[in-house]
Amino acid sequence: MNIPAPQRKLTIAKAMAEALAQEMTGDDRIIVMGEDIGRLGGVFGNTAGLLDRFGSARVRDTPISETGFISAAVGMAATGLRPVVELMFVDFFGVCMDAIYNLAAKQAYFSAGKVACPMVVMTSVGGGYGDAGQHSQCLYATFGHLPGLKVVLPSTAYDAKGLMLAALRDENPVIFMFHKALQGMGWLGTVPGSITHVPEQPYEVAIGKAAVVREGGDVTVAGLGITVHHGLGAAKALRGEGIDVEVIDLRTIAPLDRETVIASVRKTGRLVVVDDDYRHCGLAGEVIASVCEAGVVLRAPPVRLAHPDIPIPFAPSMEHAVLPDTDKVIAAIRRAMEVDR
Amino acid sequence: MYEKMHQSRLFESRIKEAYFEGKSPLFNMAKGPIPGEMHLSNGQEPCAVGVCEHLTDGDFVTATHRPHHVAIAKGVNLRAMAAEIFGRSSGLSGGRGGHMHLFDPAVNFSCSGIIGQGLGPAVGAALSFALQGLPHIAVAFLGEGAANQGAFHEALNLAAIWKAPVVFVIEDNGYGISVAKRHCTAVARNSDRAIAYAMPGIHVDANDPDLIHEAAGTAIARARSGGGPSLIEIVTTRLEGHFIGDQEGYRPDGEVAALAAIDPIPAYRARLEAEGVDPALLDEAEHIAAAAVADAFAFARGSEMPSAAQALEAVFVERTAA
Ligand SMILES: Cc1ncc(C[n+]2csc(CCOP(=O)(O)OP(=O)(O)O)c2C)c(N)n1
Repeated sequence: MNIPAPQRKLTIAKAMAEALAQEMTGDDRIIVMGEDIGRLGGVFGNTAGLLDRFGSARVRDTPISETGFISAAVGMAATGLRPVVELMFVDFFGVCMDAIYNLAAKQAYFSAGKVACPMVVMTSVGGGYGDAGQHSQCLYATFGHLPGLKVVLPSTAYDAKGLMLAALRDENPVIFMFHKALQGMGWLGTVPGSITHVPEQPYEVAIGKAAVVREGGDVTVAGLGITVHHGLGAAKALRGEGIDVEVIDLRTIAPLDRETVIASVRKTGRLVVVDDDYRHCGLAGEVIASVCEAGVVLRAPPVRLAHPDIPIPFAPSMEHAVLPDTDKVIAAIRRAMEVDR
Repeated sequence: MYEKMHQSRLFESRIKEAYFEGKSPLFNMAKGPIPGEMHLSNGQEPCAVGVCEHLTDGDFVTATHRPHHVAIAKGVNLRAMAAEIFGRSSGLSGGRGGHMHLFDPAVNFSCSGIIGQGLGPAVGAALSFALQGLPHIAVAFLGEGAANQGAFHEALNLAAIWKAPVVFVIEDNGYGISVAKRHCTAVARNSDRAIAYAMPGIHVDANDPDLIHEAAGTAIARARSGGGPSLIEIVTTRLEGHFIGDQEGYRPDGEVAALAAIDPIPAYRARLEAEGVDPALLDEAEHIAAAAVADAFAFARGSEMPSAAQALEAVFVERTAA
């Protein structure tokens, strides 16, 4: 008899915490550090329960000393531990960037590959809830630009668990971003599509692999994090008009899975990239350039939908106007469909 | 000072009321007339008024993610500040910055949401005043949690070698979000750290505006007379959660219930009355404070939302013709 496995719907926060707990159980080299990650279980819930289970030697609340504890993680990673550090908001990285881009990212290179840097850096990204210019950024491109770092961002709880397990097993520094609008914290409001079935058994989602989350023949919409959900919403809305949208979740910013996007655009001939990070020198531009370099013949100019090059404004009347959303993706798809050459 | 403390407290209570509009029964930070995080300063008013009472509009003050009490004590335009927090076009930055990013150049006030990052600008402003021969000084406010940030130590050393006219004021409310000071700071008193930077470290062990005023007076006089920087740590109290919505499960049992008894505002009023201040005068001060707050909120709520096009403005400042 074929009994379907029961569905376990988890939020991204719970999926991350489950992955951490499972891997920590089997690997006592993993230690978790950061502000408010212990007793509080993380401002975003992704370390909930770890302190009780693994104790204060392995789960450490730190002072607000990011330069200190993030560079300490690099030393731990060089000497046999596998640290996981959290810095609440990606906006806060200015104070400790040296440890990330000059130490962690270059440990392998400077040691000719002899010293690995197996560490995971967790941080939240994204706005849309009025937290203004120092608490709403994405900075995908800032981190994606730096050689020696892997950068991931799940759009569902399923991917969050799998990517976290892959990150914990990687020998290199992985920046694990999670989007506040998808995290599943009651006080933030959560896009329902991010709460998905998550198998109990450990599994990996490969770093560096994008996913076609909806197949379609007319236009490719590539996004990541929350913009995948905007893409899916737009695809649904346009189905009635006979526009068949393929949606790609990039899932990893670095290394970027160019092949999956290129293959899709070869099929559809049209490309819309949606990115809630700043537009200039951004991920959307990188994706479009990769498709063009591959010589894919486009039926219409590619469309880039991103946050304009201004700090993220506070007032909802301004913030909502500048952030990508489903309606703006629909408009961008219409623009891509207008031309046919 | 009593009037300013009262004004600050009323301001925060009105903010709290407005913040919950549209957010209950299901609390969601994105909703209501004031979205985003909100860090109230209830309980910490004595620190702000005790220090700022000594300052002029020209003196430069940087505050933190918990800035309202300091802004009010420094004399930031209350209408424009309220309007900013409501995200209106009449706000200090036209609704671009919100509650953690209040800039009022008329009284040289600014704040930032990144921990420890207001200290450097204060040191710079202080040296700038000295180099320009101006009589002003600078004051940087920070939480006790921020004293573990590298920028704190760099700024103190810099201020000392430059003999900059700056005062660093630590508001020790015992917590950095959920983490208690004793779990994250190696010394019991941050004022002891001053010795490492060859400056006076003053510890004020009471959330009392008069004692704070006295301690700040010494430090500010030293700065104004070219004597260099000082560090003050004040033991104060955060009567609210870290932000509105904080469940505060990390506080020991009974701590929240005991907070009302250590509220510095009724305590100050009682003391003033005991010292013979006419209660009618104190009532009068409360009325003036209430009227100012009511006026600011009416102004804020009556102001327009900024347009989408305004979001694109003011990223850069144009060069002015010489
Ligand atoms: C560089 C940086 N790290 C972390 C944070 C997150 N954060 C915001 S407030 C806070 C606690 C601050 O504690 P304290 O300095 O004591 O000030 P208080 O909140 O008690 O007023 C933390 C960790 C931040 N804003 N900036």
